[in-house]
Amino acid sequence: MITLTEEPFDPGALLSEFSKGRSEVGAVATFTGLARAEAGGTTILELEAYPGFTEAAIGQIADEARARFELDDLMIRHRIGKIAPGEAIVFVATAARHRRAAFEACDFLMDYLKSRAPFWKKAHGPDGEHWIEPRAEDHRDIARWDEETPQ
Amino acid sequence: MARVLLFGPLRDLAGWRERDGIEAASIGALKALLAKEDARLGAALSGPGVQVALDQAIVRGDQPIGPRAEVAFLPPMSGG
Repeated sequence: MITLTEEPFDPGALLSEFSKGRSEVGAVATFTGLARAEAGGTTILELEAYPGFTEAAIGQIADEARARFELDDLMIRHRIGKIAPGEAIVFVATAARHRRAAFEACDFLMDYLKSRAPFWKKAHGPDGEHWIEPRAEDHRDIARWDEETPQ
Repeated sequence: MARVLLFGPLRDLAGWRERDGIEAASIGALKALLAKEDARLGAALSGPGVQVALDQAIVRGDQPIGPRAEVAFLPPMSGG
């Protein structure tokens, strides 16, 4: 399930909900991204999306993960709007029969969400505001999936 | 007639997020029109990593714009 929300969420509660009632899934992997304060430099992060288009693009990323890894299910929750330091920005959970597919699919989804999902992120702080561009590391991370042979 | 949407830093640069009723027959003509009004925005629209979505689908190169089209300029994306 893919959800964009302006409301804070509890990653632990999402994990419980996602894991509930599964008797054939041996592995659930999760990733939670938190907003950083940057030593007081960031008081609020602001996430902008393109309504409709952003959900569709994340759906395509999820479809790609389902095609590449033997997944039973996945969940993506992403904040939009204003986010305070320490709050969760993104939560990804993957369920698979065995752990390797769950770990790798979670890693894959996060790499794609970082630099291929239509979000724009602005940091507000005491020194003003600035847009956050994807880092060279983000581009290197996503390139790993071109080199590796899918399972 | 196109509805034009700007995201991220492009929106701040232009000082607007959305404009409706812009007369342009193609993406190239639309960019030229916006560049004529605002040279900095014009340069940014063709800047590195800026993608164009026509009716919510990414397009490359010049494309004709139909009536009531939605054209979005998408600077480099940064989620998570």
